[in-house]
Amino acid sequence: MWHSLVPIWTVILGLGVFIYVALDGFDLGVGMLHGLVQANQRETVMNSIGPFWDGNETWLILGGVGLLAAFPLAFAIIIPAVYFPILIMLLALVFRGVAFEFRFKHAHLRRFWDAAFCGGSVVATFAQGLVLGSFIQGFKVDGRVFAGSSFDFATPFSLLTGIALVFGYCLLGAAWLVLKTEGLLQDWSRRAGRVSLVGVACCIVGVSIWTPLASAAIAERWFAWPNTVYLLPLPALTLATGLYAWRALGRGGDLQPFLAAVALFVFSFLGVAISLWPMIVPGHYTLWEAASSESTQAFLLVGTLVLLPVILFYTAWSYWVFRGKVRTNVGYHES
Amino acid sequence: MRALSDRVRANLRCSRLLEGMSFDPLWLSRLQWVWVISWHILLPAFTVGLASYIAVLEGLAFFTNKEIWTRISAFWTRIFAVSFGMGVVSGIVMPFQIGTNWSRFSDRTANVLAPLLAYEGLTAFFLEASFLGVLLFGRKLVAPWVHFFAGLMVAAGTLFSTFWILSVNSWMQTPAGFHVTDGRFFPDDWLAVIFNPSFPYRYIHNVTAFYITTAFVVLGVGAYLLRRGRSAAEAHIMMGMALNLLIILVPVQMVVGDLHGQNTRDYQPAKLAAIEGRYETAGPAPLTLFGIPDDATGTMRYAVEVPALGSLLLTHSWAGEIRGINSFPADQRPPVGPPFFSFRIMVGIAVVMLFMAVAGQILRWRGRLDGAAWFLRLCQWTAPLGFVAVIAGWTTTEVGRQPWTVYGLLRTAQSVTPSLTGMDVAISLALYVVVYLIMFPTGIGFMAGIVRRGVGAATVPPPPIEAGRPISPYVAAAPTATAPLS
Repeated sequence: MWHSLVPIWTVILGLGVFIYVALDGFDLGVGMLHGLVQANQRETVMNSIGPFWDGNETWLILGGVGLLAAFPLAFAIIIPAVYFPILIMLLALVFRGVAFEFRFKHAHLRRFWDAAFCGGSVVATFAQGLVLGSFIQGFKVDGRVFAGSSFDFATPFSLLTGIALVFGYCLLGAAWLVLKTEGLLQDWSRRAGRVSLVGVACCIVGVSIWTPLASAAIAERWFAWPNTVYLLPLPALTLATGLYAWRALGRGGDLQPFLAAVALFVFSFLGVAISLWPMIVPGHYTLWEAASSESTQAFLLVGTLVLLPVILFYTAWSYWVFRGKVRTNVGYHES
Repeated sequence: MRALSDRVRANLRCSRLLEGMSFDPLWLSRLQWVWVISWHILLPAFTVGLASYIAVLEGLAFFTNKEIWTRISAFWTRIFAVSFGMGVVSGIVMPFQIGTNWSRFSDRTANVLAPLLAYEGLTAFFLEASFLGVLLFGRKLVAPWVHFFAGLMVAAGTLFSTFWILSVNSWMQTPAGFHVTDGRFFPDDWLAVIFNPSFPYRYIHNVTAFYITTAFVVLGVGAYLLRRGRSAAEAHIMMGMALNLLIILVPVQMVVGDLHGQNTRDYQPAKLAAIEGRYETAGPAPLTLFGIPDDATGTMRYAVEVPALGSLLLTHSWAGEIRGINSFPADQRPPVGPPFFSFRIMVGIAVVMLFMAVAGQILRWRGRLDGAAWFLRLCQWTAPLGFVAVIAGWTTTEVGRQPWTVYGLLRTAQSVTPSLTGMDVAISLALYVVVYLIMFPTGIGFMAGIVRRGVGAATVPPPPIEAGRPISPYVAAAPTATAPLS
C-alpha cells in the first residue's frame, strides 16, 4: 500500500488543509476580534488583513477541489453529509468577503457591514468547527453514498468542536494583531490572545476526553500498549506549547505568540490525524479505498509538484511586501 | 388567514407543474445551480476582460510614462477590486455545489474532471489573488515594472481560469479520452480530455464574449463621463479603445459563433435541433426566425420561416439536412423553449452590437462623437448588453445539454445527491436567494458610485499605501477634485 501515490497525496492534502486553517484562521480570527475592538481601531484591524484575505480563502477552494481530485469518494460522501454547515459557512464567507469592499461606501451603512464582517467571521468559523466535529464522529454510509439526514451534523460533540474553532481562530487572530500592531491595540490583542488561549485549552482537553470515550477505535489507538508511549510526546508538546504561548502573549516578542498559536494548531491537527488514520471516511473507507485512479493522481501530481512551490514562493513574497506594522491614523504623504 | 392559505393550497393543487416541481430535490437543486452560477458568471464575464484592459493600461503607463494611463488604470482597478471580491466569494460557492447537491456526479466524473478543476486553482486562483494584492495596494511599494507585471499576472490568471473551467464544461458537452467502468468515468488520454471536441470553439467564443462585454461597459462608462462633462480626456480614450476593440471582435465573434454552431451540429444534434426549433427532420430546412415551441405536440406554432436558409447557415449548402428533435427518443430530448429563445436573444444582441461598433467608428472618423448625444446615450443603454448575451448563450448551451450532465452518458437525474430532501434544498436555495439579493445589488450600486465620482484628480491618485501600511484603496480613492476638461 506504500507503493501508490496515496501517501504523498495524503501529505499534500493535509498540508493544504493545514495552510488554509492557519492562514484563513488568522484572518477569520481578526474578523471576530474586529467586533470587539474600539471603533477607532477597526480600520487598523481591517487593514492588517486587507492584502491577504482573498489569497487565504483560495486555499479553501484548493482543499475542497484537492479532496475531490485525490479522494473523490470521500468528497462525495462527506460534503453532502455536512450540507448545512457548508451552506452557512459559504454564505458567511460571502458576507464577510463583500463587507471588506462595501464597508467604505457610506458611514451609515458601515455599522451594518462591520456587523456583517464580524458576524460572518464567527458563523463561518463555527460552521467549520461543525464540519470538523461531524467528520470525526463519522457518517451513515450506504455503498458509495451518504445515507443519513442533512441534519445529522447537529450533535453536542460538533457543537464543542465549533466552539473550539472559534477560540482557536481568535487565538490566531489575536496573535496576528500582536504581530501587526503596536501600542494600545497590541496590548489589547495580547490580553484577547490569553483569553482565547484559555478557551482553546479547555476545548482541547474536552475533545481529548470525549473522543476516546465515544469511539473504541480511537481509545485503542491512544491507550493500547505500547502506543501510549510512542504517542505521549504529542500531548506533552501540546501542553508545553500552550504554556509557552501564555508567556509569549504576556511579554514576549511580536512574532512568538503567532508561531506558538500555529504550533498548537499543528499538534491538534496531528492529534486528529492519529485518531482517524488511515480512514478518510471514518468507520467506512480508508484513504486507499477512497482514492481516485492512479492516472488521475499522477496527472495532478506532476503539476502540483511544480506549481505548489511556486505558489508558496509568491504567497510568501506578497506577505513580505506587506511586512511590518499597520497604522492608520498616520495621514498619508508622499514618501 | 385560514381561507387564504386554503386558496393558496388549492391553487397549488391546480398547478400540476408546481406540484411536480416544488419539493423535488432534483428540480430545486437545478434551480439552485442556475441561481448561483448565473450570478457568478456575470463577474468573470466582466473581470476577464477588465483584467486584460488594466494590464494594457498599466503597460501603456509604464512605457509612455504619461499620467493619464495611470489615472484610467487606477479608476478601473478600483472597480475591478469590487467585482473581483464578489467573484471570489461567489466562486468559492461553486465547487462546493458539486459536492453538496451533485455528489453522484462528483463520484462518477471526479477521476476525469477533478484534476482540471484543481489545475484551475493551482494555475489561476493563487496567481490572481496574490498579484491582485500588489496591484491594489502596492503601487508605491514595488518598482513600476513589478506593478505592471502584477497586472499581467492577474490578467493571465483570469485567462487560465477560463481555460480550465471551460475545458471541464466542454468535456461534459463532448466527452472524450475516457472509458467507463461500473458507471464511473476513468481517464485514458489527458490531452483528449482537456482538448475535447467542443473546447477550442467554446473557449474562443467565451473569451471573445467576455472581452466584448467589458468593452461595452467601458464604452458606456466613457459615454456617461463625456455626457456629464467629467474626465473628458480619459472618457475619450476609454471610448476610443473600446470601439477599436469592438470593430474587430464583434465580427470575429460572429464567425466563431458560426463555427461553434457547426461543432454543435456534429456532436450534439439534439441541442442544435432545439436551438433551431426544428421538430421534424428536413432538408432543405427553413430558418425559423420566430415561433412558439410546443414540446407536448412536437410542433412549432406561429412559425415565421425563411425557406432553405436554415440549411445554408448550418450546413453551408442549400439542401443540407437538419435533424429534427422528434427523431430522438423522447427521454433524450432537451426542452426546446429555453435554447430556442435564448439563442435568438443572443443573436439579436450581436446584431445590435455590430451596429454600435460600426456607428461609433463612423462617428469617430468624422470627428462627431462628442456631439452625437443620441449615440452617447445609446452607449449607456447598451453597456449591460454583453451580460445579457453571456447569460443567454450560457442558457442555450446548458439547457440544450439536458437531460444529461455528461452528454449522452450520465443523466442529470442520476447526478443529484441522493440524501437530499426537497426541504433541505428549499432552505438552502432560499438562503442563497436572500444573500445574493443583498450582495449583488449592493456591489453593483457600489461600482456605480465609483463611476459617478469619475476618474479622479488630475494628479496621480494619492498613494494607497504608506510604507507597509496598506490603507483601503477605496478610502485612498475618495473623490478629491474632478476637473472637467471639456
